Amino acid sequence: MLKFRTRRRAGAVFIAVTLAAVPALPVRAADTEVNIENFTFAPEELTVKAGTVIVFRNRDDIPHTVNGTKGEFHSKALDTDESFSFTFANPGTYEYFCGLHPQMTGRVVVTP
Amino acid sequence: MSNDDTSKGIDRRGALECMIWAGTGVIWTLSGGMPKSSQLLGTGPAQAAEKVATGFSFLQISDSHVGFNKPANPDALGTLKEAIAKVSDLPARPAFMIHTGDITHLSKPGQFDDAEKVIGEAKLDVHYVPGEHDLIDEDNGKAYLDRFGKNTKGGGWYSFDAGGVHFIGLVNVANLKAGGMGSLGDEQLAWLADDLKGKPTSTPVVVFAHIPLWTISADWGWGTEDSARALTLLTRFGSVTVLNGHIHQLMQKVEGNVTFHTARSTAFPQPAPGTAPAPGPMLVPAEKLRGLLGITSVEVHHGKGALAITDTPLATS
Repeated sequence: MLKFRTRRRAGAVFIAVTLAAVPALPVRAADTEVNIENFTFAPEELTVKAGTVIVFRNRDDIPHTVNGTKGEFHSKALDTDESFSFTFANPGTYEYFCGLHPQMTGRVVVTP
Repeated sequence: MSNDDTSKGIDRRGALECMIWAGTGVIWTLSGGMPKSSQLLGTGPAQAAEKVATGFSFLQISDSHVGFNKPANPDALGTLKEAIAKVSDLPARPAFMIHTGDITHLSKPGQFDDAEKVIGEAKLDVHYVPGEHDLIDEDNGKAYLDRFGKNTKGGGWYSFDAGGVHFIGLVNVANLKAGGMGSLGDEQLAWLADDLKGKPTSTPVVVFAHIPLWTISADWGWGTEDSARALTLLTRFGSVTVLNGHIHQLMQKVEGNVTFHTARSTAFPQPAPGTAPAPGPMLVPAEKLRGLLGITSVEVHHGKGALAITDTPLATS
């Protein structure tokens, strides 16, 4: 299952970040959800702390994908109620879109 | 449209659209690239549909979405079966069939199998182009191309000739860019230019692709961002007919020598642009569903350069 795999990776990233850079900071990678509904990503723009896992969940009766415009991440086609999780480990701005309906776009801003 | 089109009090396109929205079987004729009023409009003997010997006809089905089972139609395979059963009701047996994409809902092997089995019951050659739903296997379209990509170029585009008409199947659902709409891409456009090179302008051309090659709604992605480049290559031809799907409803436009037409889905209807928050499946009362699904047949009239398009719903409601 994709979800478990990405979560494990989230843990690994978490440990790496804590050991290397910010050992004292009590970072907790709280899940944050982006709903895919009515052919839109909601919220369309989301600001999170580095290390946050974002879960994209499709609520439409039509499949959607979640693709980073620079190829940073790429979900499979998500059928109704399926989800895709990605850990935003590094600060930056991530633009993404649906590969099937490219008019659907969203943005994640990751702060340190 | 030019002014003279409105001289009869109601412009032809308006009248035709009214009929289409009423869900009736619509017949209209194209002569040398210009539309003539159909017999059903009854605007005078000069414009009565021309009775000419039928050269041949072909069938268009679209958006069968095999595997779709949501409330808008819990049995998309069942309505595809009904659509295929309609083929035997047609006044003339079609020479072949085109499928303008979204054969399956999720590109799963079983969905392709089911679709091919049911469509095969029509016992017609089928020329497919993919919809975006047909390219979402893990290998980005390999499942589709393995089945239907033989004798095609690039991402699955191709052309063939039948009954004096040049048919071109285009792919505008691959490698879509963020914020954009459907896309043909440079490689396919270069192939198209080469394919049309040397063709006499008197050759009727039929272009078919999944997403409309005219912008119906940019907000909903109902258009193809580089379609103008394809249409430029087609302007010298006297009769061009562009057949699309994707929007799950009838819509048409005539621009110069080019007639654009979208077919109904056999699976579920979608809302008219601007009438709903999103372009997803439209839930309608069960007894209305089959009036919004259907098939399209196209007659080629030899020597007239004329195509007649008839849309037939699965049921009249």
